[in-house]
Amino acid sequence: MASSGGAVPFWRAAGMTYVRYSNICASLVRQCLKEPYRSESLSREKVHFSVSKWVDGKPEKPVVREDSAE
Amino acid sequence: MLRLAPRLLRRSLARTFADVPATPTQDSSFVQAWQKINPNLDPPKTPLAFMTPRPPTPSSIPSKLTVNFVLPYQSELASKEVDMVIIPATTGHMGVLPGHVATIAELRPGILSVHEGSSVTKYFVSSGFAFIHANSFADIVAVEAVPVDRFDPTLVQKGLAEFQQKLAIASTDLEKAEAQIGVDVHSALNSALAG
Repeated sequence: MASSGGAVPFWRAAGMTYVRYSNICASLVRQCLKEPYRSESLSREKVHFSVSKWVDGKPEKPVVREDSAE
Repeated sequence: MLRLAPRLLRRSLARTFADVPATPTQDSSFVQAWQKINPNLDPPKTPLAFMTPRPPTPSSIPSKLTVNFVLPYQSELASKEVDMVIIPATTGHMGVLPGHVATIAELRPGILSVHEGSSVTKYFVSSGFAFIHANSFADIVAVEAVPVDRFDPTLVQKGLAEFQQKLAIASTDLEKAEAQIGVDVHSALNSALAG
């Protein structure tokens, strides 16, 4: 494997992390499925979380984000 | 009442965890320090004590490969004994037989085939890793793995054309990388559906 610090994968060279690469591959594969499987699998891509930014050591109001298929 | 607790606890623990080696996986210096402070209570079990020990490497090559193939949302194969698996590693398709040298392989989008007797099951894997251990156990983890007949060829062709176009007009490194990923995944799907 290329671990000598020489050739890195093209996505790493472009600044992408492995997690992002893997998720992009998975969502592309899901887009190519036949109908009943496709809608089941798109439900797997949905995320639901709440984020709150911290300013001066205090949390601001949390924002609930619900993304599906970025 | 509290004095009887360790004895009752020991008896119930002995019944449920009889097959797990208790003392070898406990840190002896911790146990001694515990005994000094409270000699009446049994030292707490650490997570390591609950783990089943790794199956040892047999001296002769086993006849079957044990495969655990898992996805984030379900486990496709759980300790299934097979003859061979062909995994789509970044270095090319790799055939794994019992007695394979211990390897960690990163998977690329491609077909994973499981050969058992005369039957072959093929999955298209989006990406993941395969860990092959010295004792002929293989753990394969993938984000998405779908049997090949669940794909729609027209969508695949459309996607390939779309990403080839995006690759041609891409300007920044990130756009180029994303378009390249699209082209790789769709062309792998294309050859999977054709062959």
